[in-house]
Amino acid sequence: MTNTSTLARDGGRRASAPGRRRADRPVRRTRLPVWSIPYILLIPGLVVIGALLLYPMVQVGIMAFQKVGLVQISGKKPATWVGTENFEKIFDNEIFWSALRNTVVFAVIAVSLTLIVGTAVGVLLNKLGRKMSTFVVVGIMFAWAVPPVAQGIIWRWLFDAEAGVINWALNLLPDWLSSALFGRATWTDEPWLNDAWSIYMVLIITVVWASFPFIAVSVLAGLRGIPAELYEAAKVDGSSAWRTFWKITFPLLKPVFAVLTVLSIIWDFKVFSQLYVLMGGPANREAFNLSIFSYAEAFRSPPKMGSGAAIAVVLTVILLVVTAVYVRQLVKQEEM
Amino acid sequence: MSPLARRRLGKVLLNAAGVAVFLFAIFPVYWMVATAFKANDQIFTTSFIPFPTHFTFEHVDRVLSEGVAGHSIWLYLRNSAVVALGTVLVGAVFSLLAATAVARFRFKGRTGFLIVLLIAQMIPSEALLIPLFLSVKRLGLYDQLLGLIVVNVGLTLPFGIWMLRTFVAAVPRSLEEAAWIDGAGRFTTFWRVLFPLVAPGLVATSIFSFITAWNELIFALVLMNDSGGYTMPVALQYFFGQRGTDWGAIMASSTMMTIPVVVFFLLVQRRMVSGLVAGAVKG
Repeated sequence: MTNTSTLARDGGRRASAPGRRRADRPVRRTRLPVWSIPYILLIPGLVVIGALLLYPMVQVGIMAFQKVGLVQISGKKPATWVGTENFEKIFDNEIFWSALRNTVVFAVIAVSLTLIVGTAVGVLLNKLGRKMSTFVVVGIMFAWAVPPVAQGIIWRWLFDAEAGVINWALNLLPDWLSSALFGRATWTDEPWLNDAWSIYMVLIITVVWASFPFIAVSVLAGLRGIPAELYEAAKVDGSSAWRTFWKITFPLLKPVFAVLTVLSIIWDFKVFSQLYVLMGGPANREAFNLSIFSYAEAFRSPPKMGSGAAIAVVLTVILLVVTAVYVRQLVKQEEM
Repeated sequence: MSPLARRRLGKVLLNAAGVAVFLFAIFPVYWMVATAFKANDQIFTTSFIPFPTHFTFEHVDRVLSEGVAGHSIWLYLRNSAVVALGTVLVGAVFSLLAATAVARFRFKGRTGFLIVLLIAQMIPSEALLIPLFLSVKRLGLYDQLLGLIVVNVGLTLPFGIWMLRTFVAAVPRSLEEAAWIDGAGRFTTFWRVLFPLVAPGLVATSIFSFITAWNELIFALVLMNDSGGYTMPVALQYFFGQRGTDWGAIMASSTMMTIPVVVFFLLVQRRMVSGLVAGAVKG
């Protein structure tokens, strides 16, 4: 890229050919200095980002050290400083630790599964014929397009205890197989959405189902960009499919995987809508993750916004640390 | 096995895997739509009824007339549309200006701004929930769709700028320079040369923002107290609060919420991928 902008360059050009321009059109009055234009263009964006993202981020950091209850929300009393009390309280709370565990374990499993399934499907799409691959892409597009709340609703219905398709399908298994695998033969009335572990199992399926299409389509786009000669060379050398994948495909797609991993981590770490629907609101405290725990602390009576803020800070710090590594890589490789 | 037979078998297996992926992806969506059009005796059954043999519009009618939480689903669809379109209109203008600045100019603080954009995208919206709730309340925007629009503009803008700047950068500078030589002013060049060329990218970015705002649950849950201001996601989760889950009505409503998103997705699928992983994918 050149160091001068189109507009700046024009400034020079005008100086060199003033006569022509004056003949074409009347001279404009007060002109903004060229250097100020980008800053002026950025003003609305900066105001929005500053006021709606950065300033609240600072505020939440401050509120984590304050007591903000009903009285303070209504503005009758100013928020009082309580030091690290909010943090001490949530660290003493069992729910916080189970929420932290749920968040991390869920993110690790969901991100890995999504990446594995998505990559496998992307590789498959690349091998399929043109018509078949379009057909499958349109199909997976539907899963990708479903809004998170509707995702939760759909899978809640599929896993419904009485009329759910999953229990019906499990009942189809021959009794001996079902007993050998799960120690039971009938699945009717199996309540999948009562215990924390089974809620998370359903949540993992839901999230993987909804997010693998994006990975698959991105991997496919990456694969189509790899020159075919590389694969031909590998074939000539008698390389196995597995080896070809790890020696050619994976290294070339590494930047793609880096971005996909960050995005998946960001999305899965703070999953809210699907979990909210699957749990039926913030009712089952053992199944909370950090997002829902923060929401429940701050917005269910009695509102404890200070401790909600403290949880949000913990969530943000974890997210920033986890993604910082990848962001650095992104900044490095991308010519911004 | 002869090599030919082996290749043929391989092809059959690959296509079978493709069909399996297709079914896994589409069945849950199909099941939502099918349930929406089944009569209640076919919904609440332990047996598997693949098609609605007694096809009925009763659930659709019910959610449109009776609705949920005291209002017809139309109202919630309308609220969602107002919020999403408002977000898109404001967001499109702001992101186009900022994207032009970063893609067309080299200025002091440009890299800093891009890093701020990246960081802003990393901030979980859940962390902003509490302070934004208090601010919206203080500004008197509580229970108003405008409050939701403002918040959604904030949530979608960093990504909008990030995505749009690649589209602006893709327009060859020589076109603008040609317009300059012909004596076009700064604004004319922007409006008559750059804007039409960036328009497809702007549409893709706008659709992305539309979908984000359309799907947004957590802020709508917190900033809307009066049921007249509910958006679709809030109305949908409200169904579960009622006694006896009315699956037919829920599925009819969620189908109505899903349709616009599916249409948009099919329209901009390719651009969304290029925008999300811009720079990393060559293709």
